[in-house]
Parts: sequence; structure tokens; C-alpha cells
Amino acid sequence: MLKVLQSGVYSTVQDLGRFGYMSTGVPVSGAMDQYAAKLANLILKNNENDAVIEVALGGTSFEFLKDTVICIAGGDLNAALNDHSVQLNHPISVKKNSVLKFTNPIFGVRAYIGVKGGFLNKNVLGSRSFFKEITKKYVLKKNDEILYSEVKTFNFSQFAHIKINKEHFSETKIEVNEGPEYTNLTSDQKKALQHTTFTISKENNRMGYRLDEVIVNDLEEIVTSAVMPGTVQLTPSGTMIVLMRDCQVTGGYPRVLQLTDNAINKMAQKTTGDSFNFKLVP
Amino acid sequence: MSSYNITYKSFGKRAILIEWNAIIDENVLQEILSFKNLILKNKHKVILDIISTYNSITIFYQFTIENIYNEIIALKSIYEESDLSNVQKNKLWKIPVCYDPYFGLDLEELSVKKKLTISEIIEIHSKPVYTIFFIGFLPGFLYLGGLNETLHFPRKSIPRLRVDRGAVGIGSSQTGIYPQESAGGWNIIGNSPILFFDRKREEPCFAKPGDKVQFVPIDRNEHTEILNLVAYKRYAIESEVLNA
Repeated sequence: MLKVLQSGVYSTVQDLGRFGYMSTGVPVSGAMDQYAAKLANLILKNNENDAVIEVALGGTSFEFLKDTVICIAGGDLNAALNDHSVQLNHPISVKKNSVLKFTNPIFGVRAYIGVKGGFLNKNVLGSRSFFKEITKKYVLKKNDEILYSEVKTFNFSQFAHIKINKEHFSETKIEVNEGPEYTNLTSDQKKALQHTTFTISKENNRMGYRLDEVIVNDLEEIVTSAVMPGTVQLTPSGTMIVLMRDCQVTGGYPRVLQLTDNAINKMAQKTTGDSFNFKLVP
Repeated sequence: MSSYNITYKSFGKRAILIEWNAIIDENVLQEILSFKNLILKNKHKVILDIISTYNSITIFYQFTIENIYNEIIALKSIYEESDLSNVQKNKLWKIPVCYDPYFGLDLEELSVKKKLTISEIIEIHSKPVYTIFFIGFLPGFLYLGGLNETLHFPRKSIPRLRVDRGAVGIGSSQTGIYPQESAGGWNIIGNSPILFFDRKREEPCFAKPGDKVQFVPIDRNEHTEILNLVAYKRYAIESEVLNA
């Protein structure tokens, strides 16, 4: 078991998402930065879909109630194991009763704790990803316990330290494809989308990021249709919303852009006040 | 092969969007559902998920689509070479709703503004057979078509922060049931004690797009009784098979 000592800002269990139930209205969910979640699992020789813990921003601590091997990937939230700073993207042996603490973000905003064999909370409708009304818990709270298997031996010798491209966290060009309603935009609107530097507003969470800057908008709303993580919606007020992993499956606002998979992962490491430009790719 | 003019386009690198004209129409719905079933049958090995709405199908692929044009041609040939007039078997679900003002927080306002008595509102709302076009917004939220025009009423200008699970509402030309507690801007006229989404079932939502729904008025005692039966998993929603 992993015991939550301090819940912090927002910590959840996530895998790569819940598929096959969109037509009953169930969001996909899954790790916000799937590059980082997969990396943690890869380093532990887990399956890439094994469940990890996503820690946002910090103020969070956990106690390991069994021996295991972990890997921390994603943003640098100043992680310390028993008060010793830990190396990111590296397998780390953890003894029973060790305490892992995340204090504050140095770069990026979301860190991932992978554990050998993955976290074993209940699989609901094909996924362990937390979501309100789907899984029993939707956010980790103090004293919650998450199951994992005890691991006593692990071959550390095969692992070289993996160097992570810092641009994953600092990149300000967010790659997008044209969304289904892009062609309905005027050339002025298209220019504004490409040349405006956008800022993430304080309304940002696992469902979506609302942006501060406004695009003049007279597009009609669409007949409610499918949306997905990475869809950029243009609302009647001209505000844009970048949908993230917990977004609804349908929406009625024009879908003007679609983030690439990699761009969603990069967006997941940004937060309030961070700015970026959209870069249209073919 | 049918007479509708439909378009195919990529939606990011891993999805294809197929669209019919932007109208809400039962014949379009039938074609969409038949086509969706055929796509699932032919393409299930490469599909991660698929969702249909009023006038679209979105197919999510497991991997980046290597050649979008070839994939669209493959989908077009499924469309053109198939008989889409085959209507799937559907059910009519009888949904109990308590229209007591205890639940129907906006019944009185609706009654005044529409110049209808509360019993007239109940009659007009529970009479039609509604069609489920798709499920979205929240797990188990049914997008229903068929609300009588006399009951069309704008959404509240300030949404409620909390609407109860099971609340039955009217939002402009639509009516629906909140499957879980949520914020919401629809005018609440009643409450249904049944579960629209049960994560413990393999098919968590009993209803499917294309199915029909009818509301059966119940009183507060019956509401409490059904709520108890649902809690003990002893309530079976009444239904009949259509087009059998």
C-alpha cells in the first residue's frame, strides 16, 4: 500500500485512459502528460498502461507501506525520499515506511510516480484512471491507501540515466492541426489564432484550460458533436478552451484546432500564467 | 447506399469525423447508427472508440492514421456497398418521474410563464415518445428528441451550482435527466429515482442511441419505493422491444 500523508493540490491515479465507453458519455481521462507516465513505466520495465500517480504542483507526501522500486518522471516538483532529493527518470529502491515528498515545482507542473508492477487500485470499465462517479475515489485524500505489489529484487544495472529534453517543459510552440470547424473561420481569425501569444488563465484543470486572450468570434455554435482531449473550442464570447484529458465527450462550440498528442503532453506541464503560441502543422 | 450527402475529414492525426447535414432528424439517426455498427464490425481491430451524435460519427483509431485518404476511401466503400436501411432492434424504456413540486423546483415558474397548469405541463411532458439520439455531457446523459414545442423554455440565466441526481429538466428545445449531481442551467420539473449510469454493470448505461423513452408520472411515495428498490438492485426498468 501507498498511504497519502498530505493530499496536496490535486493527486490522482491514472493510466493511459478509458476507452470503449465514450458512447455512454464516459470521458477518456488518463495521465495528463502521457509521455512522462509512459517513461516512468518504461524505466521500471512495466507495461506502458500501468497505473501511476499524477501529482500536480506539490504540497504532497506519501508513505510506502511495502518495499518496492519506483521511478519519478515528468515535472520536477522537488521530490525527496526520506528528506533526500531524488533523481528523476531513474529506478529508485524504496524501503518500507519511506516517505516521498513533493514540495514545489522547479520546472513543469505534473510529476508521475511509477511503481514496479503499477498501482493496483480497482480497474473500472477497463481503466484505473480516477474519474468522478466512475471510480470510487476521484482525487487522493489524506489517509487514502493505494495498493501495489511488494518488490524485493530489481536489476538496476541495465539502466542508464535517461536525459530528458528540457523543451518538453519550456516549449512555447504548441503544435496543432486544423480542427473540424477551422475552415469556417475568416482569414483574420486564422491569422489571430496563429499570431496571438496566448496565456493560460487561472481556470485550468484536468478537464480543460481556459485562455485569457480573446478572438473576435461571430461563428455560430455547432450542433452538439464529438470533442476529445486536445480539441480547442472557440466560445461565443471569443474565449478559447483547450480541452484536456478529463473533458466531456461532446460539445457545442466550434472546434477550431486540435493539439497533436505530443502537444497535449507539453500543455499538461503548463499552468496559470504560462504563455505559448499555436503552431499549425500539416 | 443512401441519398444523404456526407463528408469525411481528419480530426487530428488519430480520428476521422464523418458528418451529415446539420439537422436533427430520425432518418439521419437511423443511417448513422447502421453505419456506426458496420464500421465497428469491419474496423474493430484498429478502433479505440467510436461516438455518434445528432449528425456525426467520430472514429478514434489506436494509432496515428498513416494514410488518411486510403482510410477515408475504405470507410466510403463500407458506406456505399452496404444496406443501411436495416434498422437495429430498439427498446422503449418507461422512465418513472415524480413531478411533485418538491422535486420540480421550476414547475411553478414554468406554469406562470407558459400559462399552463402544472398538471397540463406533466401531461404534455409525459405524453410523447422521445428518441435517444446519443449519450454525452455526463456519463448516462441522454440527448432526447421530441419535446413538445409548448414546453420549449430558455435555460436559466444563472445556472444552479447543484442539481440533484435524477433531476428532469428543460433547456430550450431539449429535455433530459441529470444522471449524477452536477451544476446545471436547465429548468427542473421533476426527478427520476432510477440510475442512468451504473459503473458496476458491464453495460453501464441501459439505453442506447436509437432507443425510445417515455416518462411515467409517479407520486412521492412511489419515488421513495423505487429509490429503495434501486439501492438494493431490485428495480427492473420497464421496457418493450420495438420493431421486433
